[in-house]
Amino acid sequence: MMALPAAVGPWLAGPRSAELLFPILALPVLGLLLAPLLGARGARLLALSSLSVGLALALACAVALVAADAPLVYALGGWTAPLGVELRLDGPAALMLVLTAALLLLIGLHAAGEFNVRVMGRRATLAFWMLLLGVWAGLNGLYLGRDLFNLYVAIEVLTFSAVPMVCLKGHAEQFGAAFRYLLFALLGSALYLLGAGLMLGVHGTLDIAQIRAALDAAATPPGGTANAVREATLAAVALMSTGLLAKTALMPLHLWLPPAHGGAPAPASAVLSALVVKGSFFLLFRLWLDLIPDLPALNVGLLLGGLGVFAILLGNLMALMQARLKLLVAYSTLAQLGYLFLLFPLASGTSGGTAATAALMQVVSHALAKASLFLIAGRILAAFGHDRLGELNGFGRVMPLTLLVILAAGLALVGLPPSGGYLVKSLYGGAAAELGAWWWRPALELGGLLSAAYLARILAVAVRPESVSVTASARGHAVTAPLRGLVVPALLAGCALFLGLVPPALFSLMDVARPGMGSAAAVAAVMQSALTPAGFWNSAGPAMAVALLIVLFLGAGESAWGRRVAVVGRGLAGLEAWLRQWRTAGALLLCLLLIQGWATVA
Amino acid sequence: MTEAQIYGICGAGLVGIGLYGAILGRSALRRLLAFNLMGSGVFLVFGAIARRGGIVDGTLSDPVPQALVITGLVVAFAATALAVALLIRLAAVDREEAPPSAEPGSADAPSVATTPSAGSPSAGTSP
Amino acid sequence: MPEIPLPDPRWADLPLAFAVLGLALWLTLTRGDRAAVIGFTGYGLLVAVAWVRLGSVDVALTEAALGGGLMGVLLLTAVARLGSDIDQPRPSLPGDLLIGLLCLGVAAGLAVVVLGLPSSPPSLVAAVEDHQAATELGNPVAAVLIAFRAVDTLLESVVLALAVIVLWSFGADRAWEARPRALDFGEPSPALVLLARLLPPVGLIVGVHLFWTGADHPGGPFQGGAVLAAMALLVWLARLGRPPPVTDGFTRLGIVVGPLMFLLIGLAGVVLAGAFLGYPDAFTKPLILLIEAAKTLSVAVALALLVAGPPALSGALSMRRTGSTETGAKA
Repeated sequence: MMALPAAVGPWLAGPRSAELLFPILALPVLGLLLAPLLGARGARLLALSSLSVGLALALACAVALVAADAPLVYALGGWTAPLGVELRLDGPAALMLVLTAALLLLIGLHAAGEFNVRVMGRRATLAFWMLLLGVWAGLNGLYLGRDLFNLYVAIEVLTFSAVPMVCLKGHAEQFGAAFRYLLFALLGSALYLLGAGLMLGVHGTLDIAQIRAALDAAATPPGGTANAVREATLAAVALMSTGLLAKTALMPLHLWLPPAHGGAPAPASAVLSALVVKGSFFLLFRLWLDLIPDLPALNVGLLLGGLGVFAILLGNLMALMQARLKLLVAYSTLAQLGYLFLLFPLASGTSGGTAATAALMQVVSHALAKASLFLIAGRILAAFGHDRLGELNGFGRVMPLTLLVILAAGLALVGLPPSGGYLVKSLYGGAAAELGAWWWRPALELGGLLSAAYLARILAVAVRPESVSVTASARGHAVTAPLRGLVVPALLAGCALFLGLVPPALFSLMDVARPGMGSAAAVAAVMQSALTPAGFWNSAGPAMAVALLIVLFLGAGESAWGRRVAVVGRGLAGLEAWLRQWRTAGALLLCLLLIQGWATVA
Repeated sequence: MTEAQIYGICGAGLVGIGLYGAILGRSALRRLLAFNLMGSGVFLVFGAIARRGGIVDGTLSDPVPQALVITGLVVAFAATALAVALLIRLAAVDREEAPPSAEPGSADAPSVATTPSAGSPSAGTSP
Repeated sequence: MPEIPLPDPRWADLPLAFAVLGLALWLTLTRGDRAAVIGFTGYGLLVAVAWVRLGSVDVALTEAALGGGLMGVLLLTAVARLGSDIDQPRPSLPGDLLIGLLCLGVAAGLAVVVLGLPSSPPSLVAAVEDHQAATELGNPVAAVLIAFRAVDTLLESVVLALAVIVLWSFGADRAWEARPRALDFGEPSPALVLLARLLPPVGLIVGVHLFWTGADHPGGPFQGGAVLAAMALLVWLARLGRPPPVTDGFTRLGIVVGPLMFLLIGLAGVVLAGAFLGYPDAFTKPLILLIEAAKTLSVAVALALLVAGPPALSGALSMRRTGSTETGAKA
C-alpha cells in the first residue's frame, strides 16, 4: 500500500472512510443552490469546479472502498434505518460515481465553449449548468441510496433536471418532446412510489438490506403468512420495476426517447443517453439483484431478457433507417439499452457475477461511446447546419478526423476487441454458455452485426464524392467546428475502444461487497483470447462482411431487390411508429405491469 | 371494515382511474389531471398504511408514511407546474413559429417516413 | 348536561369514498376542460376530508392547501391560456375498452394486495415515539420530516427551488428580463380587488401561525408556506402588485435560502453533532425552528412563482377564444 499522508489516512483507509459519502451528495446540492445566486456567468465556473472536486471525491471513495474491502455505510443525522436514512457504497456504486463525475466533467468542458452567455444568452446558460449539477446530484443519490423513498426523491431530482435539457433551445418540437418525456417519467415515478408504499406496508421499513433480510427469513418457514409477505413484496417490486422500465425506455416503452434525445442540444443528448437512462437501470439492478433473494426462480428474468432482445433488434434496425444522424444515434441508444436487460435471465448461480460484470461494463462502455457520438453529431450540426445524412455526402473528406472518431466510437459499440462492447458480448456469451441458455447468443451476435450495418452506412455517406452543399459549408467549418471540439469526443471514443486493455485488477473494484462476482478473473479470461489474431478475426470477420454488404447495397440503389427491402423497412418503421403512439405505449405499460405481477406472484 | 381498508381500496380505484385518464386523455391537460388523480390515489394507499399502523399501535396514525406523502405532494405540485408551463409555452411557440399544428401528446400519425417526429408534422432540423 | 349521541363517524367513510371515486370518474370522462378543473378543486377538498378521517391532519392541511387550492389556481390558469379545446377524433372503442379493462385489472390487483397486507405489521410508530423526545418536537410528523428523514426533505426543497429556475428557463430568450405574466388576465373585478385588500393580512397571520404551531401540533412550513403563497397570488391576480422579474437578486435569494440554510446547518452538524444533518443536543429546537422559518419563506416564494409562470413579454400569452369570461383579450 502506498504511503498516505497521515492527515488523509483516516478517510482513505481508516475508520472514517464512511464520512466520504455525505460530501458526494452535499457538493452537487450546494452547487445547485449557489448557482442562481451567481447568475449565468458564475454558474459555468461553479459547475466545472464542483465537478472537478467531485471527481476527486469519487476517486477517493473508490480507493477507500478497496482499502476497506467492505461496504461503507453512513447513517444520515445519526439515525439508523428503519427510522432514518442510510447511505451505502459498494463496488458498482463506486464505479458509477467515478464514471458519472468524469463524464459530466468532460462533457461540461466540451460544452463550455457553447453554453456561455456570449453564445447562448443568460437563460440557456444558467439553465444548462444548473441542470448538469442537478443530474449529477440525482445520480449520486441513486448510487448511494439504500432507502426506497430516498431513491424516489433522487429519481425526481434526476427527472426534473433531465426533462428541461430537452427544450433548452426553445423550439416547438422540443417542448412537445419534453412534455411527453415529463408525463411518461411522472407515470413511472408514480408507479415506483406506489410500490415503495406497499413495501413499507408489508415490511415496516424501506431499507433494501432490511427488506432482503426479512425476505430471507420469511422464506424458510413454510406456511400461509410467510407466503403472503413474499407475494405482496413481489407485487410491490413489479410496480416499481414497471415504473423504472418506463423511465429507462426499454422497448416497447420507448415512445419518449427518440424525439427527446434527438431534439436536445448535443451536450444535453450526450448526458441524457449516456447517464440519465442508466440511473433508472441501476435502480432496477438494485431491486432485482439486491432486494429479491431468488430472481432465478421467477419468470421475470425471461420477460426482461426477451424485451431486451426485442430492443436490440428493433432499435438497431430503426437506427439503420434513420434520415437524421442524431435520431440514428438515439435509436442506437435504445438498442444498446437492450443489452443491459440480458443481465436478468443470466443472473443465476456462478454465472450471475459474470452477467453482472457484463451489464456494468455495458453501462460504462456505452456511456463513453454514446457521449462521444452525440458530441460529434453536434459538431457536424454546427459545421453544416443540419444533420440529414442524405445531404451530408462526403463529409468525411472534409472532416477526416471527425470521421475517425465516429469510426472509433462505432467500433466500440459494434464490439470489436479490445473495446468495451467486446467485453460485454463475451462476458454475456460466457454466462449464457455456463447456464446452457444458448438462445441468448444469437441476439448478441446479431446486435453487433446490425450496429456494424449502420456504422457502415455512416461511413459510406462520409466517403462519397463531396456534394456541393458540403463543400460550401466546409469552407466555414474551421470556424464553427474548431479542432479543439474533437478533444473530448476523441478521448471518450478512445476509452471505449480500448476499455479491454485496462488491467483486470482494476475491475476488482466492482467486486467489493458483492461476493461471488469475480469480475477481474472473468475479464482476464475473456481478454486472453481476444487479442490473438484468431480471436480478432472471429469477432471482426462477420462485422466486416456485413459492412461490405451494406456499402454494396447502398451503391446498388434502385435495384428490384433494393425496393423489396425498402418495403420491409417501411413496414417496420410503421410498426415502430405505432408503438410510439401514446395509447399503444400506455396499453403496453399496463400489460407489462400485469404480466410482471403475474410472473412474480404465480 | 376499518377506514384504512375503505380508503385503501378507494386509493386503488383512483390509481386505475388515473391510469385510464392518463393513457386515453382527450387533451394534454386532461392527461395531467389524470396523473394528479393517480398521484392522490397513491398517497391514499400510503394513508391507509399509516392508519393501519396507527390502529395496531393504538395511536391515530403512523407518522412516517404521512411525512412521505407530504414530500410527495410537494413534488407532484412542482411537476404539475412544470408541465403546465410546458403546455402554455408550447401553445405560444406554436403560434409564433407555424400555423397551429397537432396538439402535443396526441397520437403520432403513423409515420411511414423514416423520420419519427415529436408529434408535430413539421419534423424540421432541430439543433 | 345530557350527552348528545353523535353518529359513529365511520358511517361517513363509505359515502365519502364513493363520492371521491365518482368525482374522479366524472373528472376523467367529462368533456369540458374548465368544468373538469373546477371539479378538481372540489375533489381536492373531498380528499382532504378523507385524510382527516385517516387521522393524518398534517397531510389533510397540505392536501387542502397544495392539492386543492394552489393546484386549482394553476390548472385554471392553464385552462384560460391553452388555445384549443378541439375534440380529438373519436378514438377506437375497442381500444378504449381494452385499456379500460387493463386499468380495472390493475386497480383490482392493487386492491387485493392492499387488503391482503399483513394484519399485524411492523410499524414505525413505536420507533418514532421512542426517539421523538430527542428532537424536542411535539409533532411526530415534523420530527420525521426535519430530523429522522431530513435528507428527503432537503432534497425535496432542492427540487422545489430547481423547479422554479427550470420554469423560468421555459420563457423566451428575449423575455429573460421581463416579469412572469401567466396571471395577467386584464382588469380585475372590484370584488377581487376588495378581497385582495382584506384577506392577505389575515392570511399572513394564518400562514405564520401554521408554521409556528407546526412544531407541536399539525401544521408546518409546507402548510404555512402554501397559505402565504396563496396570498401573494391573490395580490398579483388583483393587480395590487406584480410578480418580480426573474433577474431580481432578492427573489432568487428567497428561493434558495430555505434549502441553503438546511444544507449549511446540516454540514455544521458534522462538526457539532458528529453526523451530516444531525443536530447538537444543546441547540436542537432553535436550529430546527430556524431551518423551518427559512423553509417557510422559500416554500412560499417558490410555490407562488411556480404558479406565476415563466417570464413573458406583454402580449405573448393568449387567452382562450371559446367561452372565456374575461373581458379584454391580451393583457
